[in-house]
Amino acid sequence: MTLADYLPIALMALLGLGFSVVTLWLSWKLAPNRPTAEKLAPYECGIVPLQEPAERFPVKFYLVAMLFVIFDVEIVFLFAWAVRMDEFGWAGIAAVGLFMALLGETLAYVWKRGALDWNVPYRRRYRRVVAEPLEEAA
Amino acid sequence: MTGVLLAAVKVAVAFGFLMGTVIVLVWAERRIVAFMQNRHGPNRAGPAGILQTAADGLKLFFKESMTPRKAEFALYIAAPVLAVVPALLVFAVIPVGAPITIGGVTYTLQVTDLDVGVLYVLAVSSLGVYAVTLAGWSSGSKYPLLGSVRAAAQMISYEAALGLALVPVIMFTGTTSLAEIVEAQGGTFGGGLPAWNLVLVPSFVIFLIAGFAETNRAPFDLVEAEQEIVGGYHTEYSGMRFAFFFLAEYINVFNMAALTTVFFLGGWHGPRFGPPAVEMALPVVWFLAKTWAIVFLFIWVRATLPRVRYDQLMAFGWKRLIPVSLVWIFLSMVAIGVRRFGLPWA
Repeated sequence: MTLADYLPIALMALLGLGFSVVTLWLSWKLAPNRPTAEKLAPYECGIVPLQEPAERFPVKFYLVAMLFVIFDVEIVFLFAWAVRMDEFGWAGIAAVGLFMALLGETLAYVWKRGALDWNVPYRRRYRRVVAEPLEEAA
Repeated sequence: MTGVLLAAVKVAVAFGFLMGTVIVLVWAERRIVAFMQNRHGPNRAGPAGILQTAADGLKLFFKESMTPRKAEFALYIAAPVLAVVPALLVFAVIPVGAPITIGGVTYTLQVTDLDVGVLYVLAVSSLGVYAVTLAGWSSGSKYPLLGSVRAAAQMISYEAALGLALVPVIMFTGTTSLAEIVEAQGGTFGGGLPAWNLVLVPSFVIFLIAGFAETNRAPFDLVEAEQEIVGGYHTEYSGMRFAFFFLAEYINVFNMAALTTVFFLGGWHGPRFGPPAVEMALPVVWFLAKTWAIVFLFIWVRATLPRVRYDQLMAFGWKRLIPVSLVWIFLSMVAIGVRRFGLPWA
């Protein structure tokens, strides 16, 4: 296995790029182009847009991205071991078992903290935190 | 030099094959869904409507491609290209048939075989997330933005389950090269059953479900939930630029079905008989038959199941699929360990 194995992939990428660029360019040249102000406005179901696109979106999406990184790294480690599983025998299985238990524990913790829940009303998620100062005030 | 020439020929053939496949696939999906819903579906262009996709493509080619006023043009135009190229690249490592020998030279029916094939497939197919995210963000409109962050979160969530489902396959076959994974499924188990990785049933089921979600297909097609977010991340795309997202989606569906065949259904393995020419062609026939069976499953599921809600989607991915995959990896590694190394205390 050498770098030459990747040559067809480079060729495929070039072909894909070339095809895309030529097709998009030809289509742009051949198709009509009659822009109007309404046509170029952001899509809003036929009415005049009231809001700009949100510049912030829920932090939950970032959380999912971070969790994904954790699990993707786990997968890469597992792949590396799985290919050479026979060389490590039971010691390898024990080590990987421990590694997976730690990640399982991570998942359980994140799950318990509610990071995997969507659409939980703010009041329910932070009930205790919000309620306590109110009781003090009363 | 011949190596370069051979590579170029293989790339060209693979590219042509994929384009032809997409034409048939889109038509097949529309016809099959139509029959399941008691309609006719497209049946005018060509025999039984098979040229409908080509006609649609031609129509989109000559349609205006408008650029929304608020779009970031460089990223906006790069996104459809970024969707198509990774879809093509994934296909490059899929073995579509047994090696064939013509005039004493053996050719592999695979554009290229990589040692790290599985990692390559996972890495390249996740590049598609960039296309989705950039398309939504650069459109400068709120529905595409919402659709793209949803799609990105969905795709990376289910990618974790997809990767975890493959760990037992690699343990079982001891390689990450796609050609060798197929090779390892050649024999039979006792009783004449073909030695496909399908014995890893939970892996197969998880891979298939995650595959539906990865390709944004029903019941996980939240990306284009038109009641909530209009057309999703490609709302602001029109003409050929939209056609590219469409093309990428269908290439991805075919790739996912082909990968399911490679990983679990024995790839091109099947009975081989007859004169040399037939015997040489049969593996390709088996591979295509298995892949199209999975493609049919994709279409069947789309016609059958309603779309899930977004919180259900994320909950199913993180709270069901991933824990189940972890438990399954644990069970299968203990089982494989007992089979290969004996009991740990013996």
